[in-house]
Amino acid sequence: MEATLHRTPLYARHVGLGARMVPFAGYEMPVQYEGVIPEHKAVRADAGAFDVSHMGEFHVDGPTAQAFLQSMLSNDIDKLADGEAQYTLLTNESGGIVDDLIAYRLAHGQFYLVVNASNRAAVYGWLKEREPHGCEVRDASDEYGLVAVQGPRALERLVLPDARAFTHAMGELDGIEVMVARTGYTGEQGVELCCAEDETAVLWDAILARGVTPCGLGARDTLRLEVCYPLHGNDITPATDAISAGLGWACALDTDFTGVETLRRIKADGSARKLVPFVMEERAVPRQGMPIEGGGEVTSGTHSPMLDQGIGMGYVPAGSSAPGYELTIDVRGKPRRARIVKKPIYRKGE
Amino acid sequence: MAAESYPDDLKYHPEHDWARIDGHDATLGVTWFAQDALGELVHYEAPGVGSTVTKDESYGEVESVKAVSDIVAPLSGEVLEVNQKAVEEPESINDDPYGEGWLIRIRMSDPGEIDALMDADAYRAHVAEQ
Repeated sequence: MEATLHRTPLYARHVGLGARMVPFAGYEMPVQYEGVIPEHKAVRADAGAFDVSHMGEFHVDGPTAQAFLQSMLSNDIDKLADGEAQYTLLTNESGGIVDDLIAYRLAHGQFYLVVNASNRAAVYGWLKEREPHGCEVRDASDEYGLVAVQGPRALERLVLPDARAFTHAMGELDGIEVMVARTGYTGEQGVELCCAEDETAVLWDAILARGVTPCGLGARDTLRLEVCYPLHGNDITPATDAISAGLGWACALDTDFTGVETLRRIKADGSARKLVPFVMEERAVPRQGMPIEGGGEVTSGTHSPMLDQGIGMGYVPAGSSAPGYELTIDVRGKPRRARIVKKPIYRKGE
Repeated sequence: MAAESYPDDLKYHPEHDWARIDGHDATLGVTWFAQDALGELVHYEAPGVGSTVTKDESYGEVESVKAVSDIVAPLSGEVLEVNQKAVEEPESINDDPYGEGWLIRIRMSDPGEIDALMDADAYRAHVAEQ
């Protein structure tokens, strides 16, 4: 198994920094360097860098590319101008989520998708199978390196101007050509930098030389959960629909895409269960798969470094899904109290 | 976090637990190796005072951000005291696993069990094989 694991262009850098490496989505990835908690706090207070080169990058080009993506993805891609991007979902016939991704419009008829590493093959297969004439889907994942730099001082440390979220532009950092995208997975201001695969290590060195803290997958998970960003495979799957997951805002139900009729019906009838964020009221760390009393389940759980208490998300019956509602979570046989809160779980200044 | 160490005055269990013997009583905790493997601890689920722990069986749990692990009793006995500092500040287990980060104190029910535990040299060799 280990022999078949891939490595990102930054593998040697991670090992050199003393990272603890773990298998993730077929890659050997750093789970932490110094520790999850200091890395998490560095991103909330200053700036942290994440190797996300394992993620999948696809080019979708051609005169029919836009219409094709409009028919495959939940959000309204017709709303994108050149240099803009949007969070969107690749849906199946039953309204389930094959993957959540960011779609970038590079130019007329030229789109770029960044998908979850664990779904790279599934998304590629899905799109390739349905690719129409006049459109080419190309998996360019191995051609690029991707580094996220996130935190309130990320732009200052990289000497980048402020820009609107979900926009992108070509730029350079210490002579390295990069696509600078105003996106991220931490709830902080920041960028995701895409460069040529063979320049990733130089880019990484340039970022760290500016005082940015290297951060692993451990902090990436705690950061995203504090701000209630769903993780595909945990909180959203091909068997969960966008409306129940609270992702209706990313679904343009007035457009035609796979599964839209199902989603319209769920929206009209109301979903039977809803994905809700919660905070533990007793000392305990919720984990994926733990039952919630009354017919629910934890889909993500961790210890919040900022709140210093257990936090999570899970599906509960819609009738008992309002903020303030008390939950009882079965923590390895012990009932532990939690309370549903509003999104996000952690907000700056609280 | 503390530097790697395995004090000579302790007895060790292969599941990475230590015991400090004091007459009929023993203080128990997890080793440097165990806390390092788990990472920064955020929760210690302790047994109740007066409950019984059994050698080679779990008496509690320690959790890091990423993982949970059973704590295995190196010796059997009755729980006399739980380290509330470790409950309130689990990071003290990382910072000082043999001192401020001790977990419970027990009255041994079978001091003969001590003979089955490893000394520091044997445990260091055990860790080197991990």
